[in-house]
Amino acid sequence: MAKNTLDFEKPIVELENKIEEMKKYEGQLDISGEIKKLEEKVEELKKNIYQNLTRWQKVQLARHPERPSTLDYIYMMTKDFVELHGDRLFKDDKAIVGGFAKLDELKVMIIGHQKGRDTKSNLYRNFGMPNPEGYRKALRLMKLAEKFNKPVITMLDTPGAYPGLEAEQRGQAEAIARNLLEMSRLKVPIIVVIIGEGASGGALGIGVGDRILMLQNTWYSVISPESCSSILWRSWDFKEQAAEALKLTADDLLEQGIIDRIIPEPLGGAHKDPQKMADILKSILIEELNNLLKIKTDKLIQYRLEKFGKMGVYKE
Amino acid sequence: MPWFRRKKENISPESKKTDIPDGQWSKCSDCGEIIHNRQLESNLWVCPKCNYHFRIGSDQYISIILDKGTFKEYDKKMISANPLQFEDTKKYTDRISETIKKTGLNDAVITGTGKINGIKSAIAVMDFRFIGGSMGSVVGEKIARITDVAYQNKIPLIIVSQSGGARMMEGAFSLMQMAKTSSRLARLSDAGIPYISVLSDPTTGGVTASFAMLGDVIIAEPKALIGFAGPRVIKQTIGKDLPEGFQRSEFLLENGFVDFIVNRKELKDKLTLLIDYLT
Repeated sequence: MAKNTLDFEKPIVELENKIEEMKKYEGQLDISGEIKKLEEKVEELKKNIYQNLTRWQKVQLARHPERPSTLDYIYMMTKDFVELHGDRLFKDDKAIVGGFAKLDELKVMIIGHQKGRDTKSNLYRNFGMPNPEGYRKALRLMKLAEKFNKPVITMLDTPGAYPGLEAEQRGQAEAIARNLLEMSRLKVPIIVVIIGEGASGGALGIGVGDRILMLQNTWYSVISPESCSSILWRSWDFKEQAAEALKLTADDLLEQGIIDRIIPEPLGGAHKDPQKMADILKSILIEELNNLLKIKTDKLIQYRLEKFGKMGVYKE
Repeated sequence: MPWFRRKKENISPESKKTDIPDGQWSKCSDCGEIIHNRQLESNLWVCPKCNYHFRIGSDQYISIILDKGTFKEYDKKMISANPLQFEDTKKYTDRISETIKKTGLNDAVITGTGKINGIKSAIAVMDFRFIGGSMGSVVGEKIARITDVAYQNKIPLIIVSQSGGARMMEGAFSLMQMAKTSSRLARLSDAGIPYISVLSDPTTGGVTASFAMLGDVIIAEPKALIGFAGPRVIKQTIGKDLPEGFQRSEFLLENGFVDFIVNRKELKDKLTLLIDYLT
C-alpha cells in the first residue's frame, strides 16, 4: 500500500491496487470490461469519500506529509524569488521563510510558515513551529515591503508557535502581539492564505490581512483538536469530537464570516496534483491582488480594522 | 522485624491542612500565614508577612485603582451567544449560565471609565473566576469598545490582564479577538493616547500574545505567571524541569518584557505618575 495513505483512503487504494494487478493480465485474458467497471467504481468511491470528509479527516489532509508547503508554492507560482533571511536581532528562524517574488508581472513579498517533509527536514524547520525570531523576521520583511510599496502574501501552515523555554525567554507572546498590531496598520495590501494547519496564535501571528483565503482541506482555530481534547475531555482520545466541536474547516470559517473565500483543491487534496493546486491559487491571488491594489491606503487600513472589528458573536 | 509497623494508611495530605474557620480567615498560599480577612482587605489582599499577592477579582482592582464612586461601567449586559453551539463534557451555554450565577459576572472582563487620582481614564479589568479569565467574543468586543472610548475621548487606557488565554469554546472567533483588540490599540497608539498594561497572575496564551504585551508601558504584579505557552506544555515539549521562577514577573523583567514590577499598594500611585508622564 502506498506510503502516507490515510485510514479513510484505504478502500480507494485497495481498489486501485486490484486494478493494477488485473492490468498485468490484460494481455492474456479478456478482462478490459472488468477493469473499466472497477475504474468507474474507484472514481465514484473517490468522489463519495472526498466529498463527505469529516472535520477530523480534513485535519488529517491538512497535515498530509506530501502536502505542498510555502516554498513549493513559491517555486510553482512565481519566478525570480529572492529569499531573505534573519530578524536582524537574534537569528534566522527556519520555520518561517520569506522574500520577494514575481506573480507574473506583479512584484510581491511572500512570507509563510515552512514545514519539512521528512524527519531531517522537519527538524531543520522545527516542524513549522516558529520561535519569536520567526515572527520578527516576518515583521521585518513586511516593513520592507511597506517601505518599497509591495503587497504582502502570507501563507499559514503551522501546528503552533514553538512552546519552548527559550521562546518564552525571548518573548514569544510579545513577538506575536507586535505582529498583530503592525499588520493591522501596514500600508500595503495583505492577502492571507491558509495552506495547511492554522493553529492558534502561532498562525495568526502572520495572519492579519485584507483578504483571508483558505484552501479547501485545511483547518484554522484557536487550538488543535488534540490539545482541546486533552484540556476539555482530560484525555487525548476525543480529538474527533473536539474537531467537530471547534468547527474549524474552511466551510465552517466561511460561514462564521472569518474567512473571505475557499480555494478548491484537486480531488483528494492539494498533494494529489500540486501543480494544478498552485495554478488555481496563483490565478486567485492575482485576481485578489488586482482588486486590492485599486483601494487607497487609508481606506484599505480602515476596512481592515472594520473587518476584524466585525468578528465575534455576542448578545447585549 | 521492624520496631514499628506502618499503620494501614499513610498520612493523607488532607490531614496536613490547617482548618480555617469559614469566611473569616485566609491562608497565604506562599508562606502559609493565617490572616484575618479584614486585615487582608486593608492590606489590599497582599500577605503582610511575605508580600504574596493573592489573586483578586475585577471588582477589587476597580476599588484599588479608581477613586471611590467614579466608576461607570460600560457594556455590562453583554454576554456570550455561544456561536459554535459548543459542547464538550458540558454544554458551553450551561457553563456560561452556571458561571454567571456563581460569580455574579457576565463574562471575564469588566470595562468602564473612572478617575484615577482625579484623572479620567478608560479601564478594563479581567477576571480569572470567569472560565479562567478566557477571551471569547465578549471579552474581545468589550476591550475593543473601551479602547475606542479612550480613543474618542482622548483619555488614557488601563487594562489589567488576568487570563488563561483565548476561550476554546468559541473556536476561531476567540482567536480573532486577538487581532480585533490589537488593531484597535494600533489606532489608539497612532493617536498618541497612552495605554498602560497591568499584568496580574496569571496572564497567558492569546491574551499575552495580543493586548497584554502591547502597552506603552507594561507593569506586572510580583510573581505573576506571565507567558505564551503554559508551563506544563513547555515541560512536556522540552522534557526537562523548568527553572525556578520561570515565566514569573521577575523573569520577564530580567528578559526585558516588562518595565517594572509594582507592589499592589503602589499600583494606583504608579499609574497616576505614568499617566502624568504620558499625557
